[in-house]
Amino acid sequence: MGAVSLENIVKRFGSFTAVERTSLTIPEGTLTTLLGPSGCGKTTTLRMIAGLLDPTEGNIVIGGRSVNDVPIHKRNLGLVFQNYALFPHKTVADNVGFGLRYRNVNRAEIARRVQEALELVQLPHVADRFPKALSGGQQQRIALARAIVIEPDVLLLDEPLSALDANLREDMRVELKRIQERIGVTTVFVTHDQSEALAMSDQIVVMSNGRVEQVGAPEEVYNTPASEFVAKFLGASNILDGRCLSRGPDGAELDVPVFGKVIVPTAKAPHLAGEGAAKLVVRAEKLLLRDSPPEGGAFSAPASVETVDYQGQSVRYFVRSGETQLQAINMIDERPFPVGAQVHLTLRPQDCAALPG
Amino acid sequence: MGWNLIRVYAVLVYLFMFLPVAVVVLLSFNASQFGAFPMAGFSLRWFVALWENDAVMRAFRTSLALGFLCAIISTTLGVLASLALVRYRIPGRNLLTTVLIAPILVPEVVMAVALLLFLNFVGIGRSFIMLLAGHVIFTLPFVILVVQARLVGIRRDVEEAALSLGASPRQTFFAVTLPLLMPAVAAGALFAFTISFDNITGTLFWKPGGVETVPTQIFAMLRHSISPEINALGTVMIVLTVGLPLLGAALARRLAMKSGVSEPR
Ligand SMILES: Nc1ncnc2c1ncn2[C@@H]1O[C@H](COP(=O)(O)OP(=O)(O)O)[C@@H](O)[C@H]1O
Ligand SMILES: [Mg+2]
Repeated sequence: MGAVSLENIVKRFGSFTAVERTSLTIPEGTLTTLLGPSGCGKTTTLRMIAGLLDPTEGNIVIGGRSVNDVPIHKRNLGLVFQNYALFPHKTVADNVGFGLRYRNVNRAEIARRVQEALELVQLPHVADRFPKALSGGQQQRIALARAIVIEPDVLLLDEPLSALDANLREDMRVELKRIQERIGVTTVFVTHDQSEALAMSDQIVVMSNGRVEQVGAPEEVYNTPASEFVAKFLGASNILDGRCLSRGPDGAELDVPVFGKVIVPTAKAPHLAGEGAAKLVVRAEKLLLRDSPPEGGAFSAPASVETVDYQGQSVRYFVRSGETQLQAINMIDERPFPVGAQVHLTLRPQDCAALPG
Repeated sequence: MGWNLIRVYAVLVYLFMFLPVAVVVLLSFNASQFGAFPMAGFSLRWFVALWENDAVMRAFRTSLALGFLCAIISTTLGVLASLALVRYRIPGRNLLTTVLIAPILVPEVVMAVALLLFLNFVGIGRSFIMLLAGHVIFTLPFVILVVQARLVGIRRDVEEAALSLGASPRQTFFAVTLPLLMPAVAAGALFAFTISFDNITGTLFWKPGGVETVPTQIFAMLRHSISPEINALGTVMIVLTVGLPLLGAALARRLAMKSGVSEPR
């Protein structure tokens, strides 16, 4: 086991920079997710940790040891791919036992540990089958068993659930998290799916265009995005461009469209330096539509409903307030507001976040 | 109406192509002294005569040895070349591919003369080794084409998985890549063998004096007479060069099915 550190890593392909200077620590035993849209450099980063790519600059440290000059087959890693990458010409048992064959483990011990791993992924009865005879979800479980049976120092997963059906994907992500917690292996998980990242991670690394945008716990990244990109990538957000008027002990005072002058709690504006251009991030789930103006300290503004997207337990509204169109996702009891309804937008101060402009 | 005409035409073309072959096979079982119809009865005497003909048997052994060695060398080189071309970013890859495939495109007789002139130029006489080298050059492109096609279909991440599990690159090749490549390797070897076995043009130019392969032996025998022995020899050739690949293909399919590997698409 061991923590993974990236120290000033840069990766260029010719003149193209796939990963810009990045330093990052993945604490021992945690599940850290690299999250970002396709092409942002997640796989490249993962492959550098694995030893499948050499960083152009910088150091990779696993368990306190610099591994830059250690080839992949000596790094003791578990690697799981989107397309399972099982050996098609070997049985499930031989697939799972593959890594143990190169570790001086005797045959009886291999058989025992293979069976143990198969039980851990809840597929104890498929040892003699060939991968082709298994479903996608089963194949991915076998790939996971194959990766963890060698007791790797680090488990690396590159979009392991992306090839599965939606329903199965949610089951598998619970399962994967359970297994990871059970064996406590330091895990790097790559995904472009924000709900996967939020559900599974101890720490999320949000990436965009080869840069790290934010590192933090799921609630932190979700509630206090460090950039407009993060706010938009994780869930649906409205961004209101305005100005910061002042920064006091109660919080930062912003002047924004729709709501006018608002005071954002200091904890919700950690990156705001002071006076100047600023943005208010309003999550669609936190922007509530009400019949009447709110009481107490909530921000409020009148608006009219333009589009109603009914989804059963929740509704997605597009509303217009003055010149600005906003998105709101509300839970509802019975029936949604109809198109054209005049409503009061309501937003609690602690539910928004402020960013520098 | 038009289609019927085309159908008749196609049948005639096939008859024209395969009838002579059928006649050769049929006449090889003819009991008569003269290789002509009507047949005088069924007999294996011409096969026995072959067996007792020292020159033919010598040629046969030469061809077999040449074919086997050529298959082994060509397949080994072909696999290595394919790996280099497909798995590594080597400079001048396209040029190299063209050079390796070129022997298929250049007229055989031109290649044959070129190699002979080259050997004379550097002062190496004709020898069995040179003959073998010539056959390898001829058969290598076929091996490379077959193996390369299959190698492209083997996903890189399967090899990467093996590496991550602790297998060295060499161990990965033998434990993962080669087994998955096996159908193509077998097909390539069979190609190399059969192409070498019935090659005549290059062989005529390159063979050292006194050495005959089966095709050059037939060629030599034809100059004296048209003996029914030649029909028998032709039949043996057909069985070897057609039967062997068919057998190999069936075997490969069997193996692939047993190990659960799907055929490459
Ligand atoms: N071997 C390579 N050569 C050139 N460019 C590459 C190579 N591998 C990846 N890239 C580029 O680097 C960027 C990041 O790729 P990748 O890490 O695969 O993204 P992600 O996994 O986040 O979708 C992409 O723009 C991709 O085109
Ligand atoms: Mg990727």
